[in-house]
Amino acid sequence: MINTSEILQTVRMISEEKLDVRTITMGISLYECAHPDKKELYTRIYDRITRQAAHLVRTGEDLEREFGIPIVNKRISVTPASLVAAACGDPVVVARAMDAAAKETGVNYIGGYTALVQKGMTPSDRALIASLPEALSTTERVCSSVNVASTRAGIDMDAVRLCGQAVKDIAEATKEQDAAGCMKLVVFANAVEDNPFMAGAFHGPGEGDCCINVGISGPGVVKHALETEAKGQPFDVVAETIKKTAFKITRVGQLIAKEASQRLGVPFGIVDLSLAPTPAMGDSVAHILEEMGLEACGCHGTTAALALLNDAVKKGGVMASSHVGGLSGAFIPVSEDIGMINAARSGALSLEKLEAMTCVCSVGLDMIAVPGDTPASTIAAIIADEAAIGMVNSKTTAVRIIPAPGKTIGDEVEFGGLFGRAPIMRVSPYSAEQFIARGGRIPAPLQSLKN
Amino acid sequence: MEKKNTAVVTVVGVDTCGIIARVSDVLWKHDANILDISQTVLSGMFNMIMIVDISMTRFAHLEDAMAALGSELGLQIRVQRSEIFDAMHRI
Repeated sequence: MINTSEILQTVRMISEEKLDVRTITMGISLYECAHPDKKELYTRIYDRITRQAAHLVRTGEDLEREFGIPIVNKRISVTPASLVAAACGDPVVVARAMDAAAKETGVNYIGGYTALVQKGMTPSDRALIASLPEALSTTERVCSSVNVASTRAGIDMDAVRLCGQAVKDIAEATKEQDAAGCMKLVVFANAVEDNPFMAGAFHGPGEGDCCINVGISGPGVVKHALETEAKGQPFDVVAETIKKTAFKITRVGQLIAKEASQRLGVPFGIVDLSLAPTPAMGDSVAHILEEMGLEACGCHGTTAALALLNDAVKKGGVMASSHVGGLSGAFIPVSEDIGMINAARSGALSLEKLEAMTCVCSVGLDMIAVPGDTPASTIAAIIADEAAIGMVNSKTTAVRIIPAPGKTIGDEVEFGGLFGRAPIMRVSPYSAEQFIARGGRIPAPLQSLKN
Repeated sequence: MEKKNTAVVTVVGVDTCGIIARVSDVLWKHDANILDISQTVLSGMFNMIMIVDISMTRFAHLEDAMAALGSELGLQIRVQRSEIFDAMHRI
């Protein structure tokens, strides 16, 4: 029998420390939908998604109610659109079908407007990248990603250049909303096929017909555990405390994933062990780092603190779930984390330090606002730097960057809701124009030769 | 993990007369059988944890009724399936 203090601990985690399940994401294969005719393609995709995910949102709400834990998002990821649209040649049709299906099923985002181009681009991939400004400015719920690099393939610098330009063009196309379209595009290196988190979720080519992936959260719970159990203690105690907490959080994710998959009659995919912050007070990854003894996130020592956190979350979580996958680690999105926002605002956190932090966190430069006049080549160069970190370290890295039109250093961009707000961060004023103009491929590193 | 049909009811708030009676009444009306109760009052704050059998209960109806009672009495009342506690605290 569970004892009183254990029950109260769980209740406190949920009610005071903002423990939640961040997302239940249904991955749906769209291979069967491919068709050369636009209308037929649209109908097949719409029907497939709305049929498969008809009960997703309601099941999520039932689970929330019965287990008393918020499940913040119910979402869908699909097969990369460039593959599904190849026969038709017009990827925007896929985006429109995805958007309509998302609205019908009631999910707030649908991911998979995606191209995997780490080694080269098909005409369909090129069409998809070129269509990004239109697709993201004329749909509401569609999220997009482009994988431009991998440890095995190297970096596709032509794709990097196109993505830098695409980010600028999306910003222009959505300038009335402070370039909000850019929030829906993630440029990856080593993208994972089973990531449940937006905007980078897609149902990878190696995935099955349909599955349920769950992303957990809980920075507030980890911070509270450190405050009460590891105050002033050596790092061994800090790591142990995080591990124990991550274990408990992940067990909840595993329970919800199993229940959801059973009720929906869809196989369970993975639990993603990520600490995902929100702009709410008490839900910040930066505050965990500061709890370890840093005056402000971004000061020297931050990378070490994040490395410990990221590793301990994985070690604690991996024993708690039968299948761990996705991104699994700590997210450090600037605009979505009140501690990060404050650190960027005060100048404690720079883009350079964030880049260093991405070497040891689960993803990369996430939700960063930069001046609106930042050249496309500079954005492409930022993407290339992140891709290089991912490629060499055999890890996922990503860039989700917002060149906010008309804004400059000292300004802030307000995205609202879970997306939060972002102070404009300084980028290097020196040009990478000629570097990016070269094109071609950066060869795969020695680390790729593992066989 | 075996499928259980129990839920944990937690009640927290300022102590007044008849809280247990009112909560038990709602449980009875929804065919939920009380298996275990622990209750304390600390500095005027009422804390109660009940384990209840909900095999015969429609969960959503019970939860709605408890939420209504909670707002009527100014208490925080939660009903949660017990699997979440088992998952978190037992291997």
